[in-house]
Amino acid sequence: MIELQNISKVFGTGEGQVHAIDDVTLSIDKGEIFGIIGFSGAGKSTLVRCINLLEVPTGGRVMVDSKELTTLSAGELRSARKGIGMIFQHFNLMPSRTVFGNVAFPLKGSSLGREEKENKVRELLRLVDIEDKENAYPNQLSGGQKQRVAIARALANDPKVLLCDEATSALDPQTTKSILQLLKKVNKQLGITVVVITHEMAVIKEICGRVAVMEKGKVVEEGEVFSIFANPREPVTRDFIRTTSSLHKIEGLLAEDSPVTRIKPGEMIVRLSYVEKNVSEPLISTVSRNFDIDLNIIFSDIEIIQDAPIGGTVAIMSGDRDQIALAMKYLAEKNVGVEVIQDAGTNL
Amino acid sequence: MQELIYNVIPNVMGKLPTFYQAIGDTLIMALWSGTISFVLGMILGVIITVTRSGGILAHKGLYQVLDKVINFFRSIPFIILLTGVMPVSRFIMGTAIGVEGAIVPLVFGTVPFFARQIESALAEIDHGLIEAALSMGKSPLEIIFQVYLRESISGIARGTTITAISLLGLTAMAGVVGAGGLGDYAIRYGHDRNQTDVTYVTVLVLVFMVSIIQIIGNRIVKKNTH
Repeated sequence: MIELQNISKVFGTGEGQVHAIDDVTLSIDKGEIFGIIGFSGAGKSTLVRCINLLEVPTGGRVMVDSKELTTLSAGELRSARKGIGMIFQHFNLMPSRTVFGNVAFPLKGSSLGREEKENKVRELLRLVDIEDKENAYPNQLSGGQKQRVAIARALANDPKVLLCDEATSALDPQTTKSILQLLKKVNKQLGITVVVITHEMAVIKEICGRVAVMEKGKVVEEGEVFSIFANPREPVTRDFIRTTSSLHKIEGLLAEDSPVTRIKPGEMIVRLSYVEKNVSEPLISTVSRNFDIDLNIIFSDIEIIQDAPIGGTVAIMSGDRDQIALAMKYLAEKNVGVEVIQDAGTNL
Repeated sequence: MQELIYNVIPNVMGKLPTFYQAIGDTLIMALWSGTISFVLGMILGVIITVTRSGGILAHKGLYQVLDKVINFFRSIPFIILLTGVMPVSRFIMGTAIGVEGAIVPLVFGTVPFFARQIESALAEIDHGLIEAALSMGKSPLEIIFQVYLRESISGIARGTTITAISLLGLTAMAGVVGAGGLGDYAIRYGHDRNQTDVTYVTVLVLVFMVSIIQIIGNRIVKKNTH
């Protein structure tokens, strides 16, 4: 649906030149929810603006719905843009127009009759669940309600693609969830391809199927959200995953010498991480029963991503060293990542 | 009552037709030059907003030229402008004196000022709104009318109020070219003939006019703020 080929974007000239995007190639399929994550300044907002040419790339080709946007005339580009909806971090609703007026705004000048337009607007307001606010002005709405109106407005021209530029970054966690649910619903019900730009891994985890990780204008890692979570290759990806998982708190606790991490001789702290989509067996019980070792769970963090559990457990293991070695081998066979974080040595 | 008024402002009451004529002349000058300046200043203000770098119709050359021209005319004191544009006035209006002769210099004096007022009103528009409109496939003309002008009605009303009031001040000076009006009336009778009541009444009338303009302006601003 969206093909970005060797996109680059350079701001400024000479010494002050900034390579906001550096040779990015991405392919986004029809009907998927694709995430682009990066810290601020990574170039993700510029990249998403290259999709509808709000930013004209200095190099490369942009194809949307098998039309090469980079070659279109101004007029052709405008009609192509009607097929690409966009929502923003700060909503960008027209303050002088009511909710109804805002959603009807993109339809001005379309071939629809007055009544058809009204029906269309009401239908969209129903879809985003905000019909009761039809006559309110944006300033009278909460952040979540504003974003709902913005989504309705973005959908007014029946686009095939919806670009979301940090759409939930100005919202509280509760509202973020409800907006993400709405995006999911829009994606499912209308079959719209959704591109989500964010700096929050939680957003990616919640709705995306595939994700690209950006750093310094480049896409450094790309793939299924589950496998990115399970096997992050790049340090920046690991940083992002760390922000949503408590499994890495253990290092902090060790550094602080927290009482929960003080272990006696014979014990060791291990991190078990589930990296394949098959964690349905009662691994902890099996291990402690079959190998006669004790597992004292310090904390555990398991989440469901793309209908499969992912996460892990940090635990204190104690028992016979040979048995522990066997247990680790068993876990490794079950595709569980085992990592010894601290070992107090054998019991003398 | 009648007698009391005659006693307080004898010189005004003594030649009421002159007084009414002065008010009429001021209103005619202000309305004509105001209307023309409103349209021209609006166009200029919009052009200078959309052609600046990063604007929806960025055009460095045009922007630079307009910017310099506006600055040029804004830096000329109105009293010099009044006599300076006399040839232009004669060419357009057929005369350089009287109410007709005053309209051209008033327009020259007001348009650059109003264009800057419009420019600053339009600059208040959040760039995100322009971006949103572009992402919907709106054309530059649609963006000018449906976003820039529509969303800055209260800012434009504020700028218009300020400009209208300053224009009223300029009309007083237009008496130099024999345009008549309240300013001329106050100078000729109030000052030159030492009829101070004429000056006071003139000031009162101007205060009343300014208040009316301000009240209307505030109403429009209030009505368009949501």
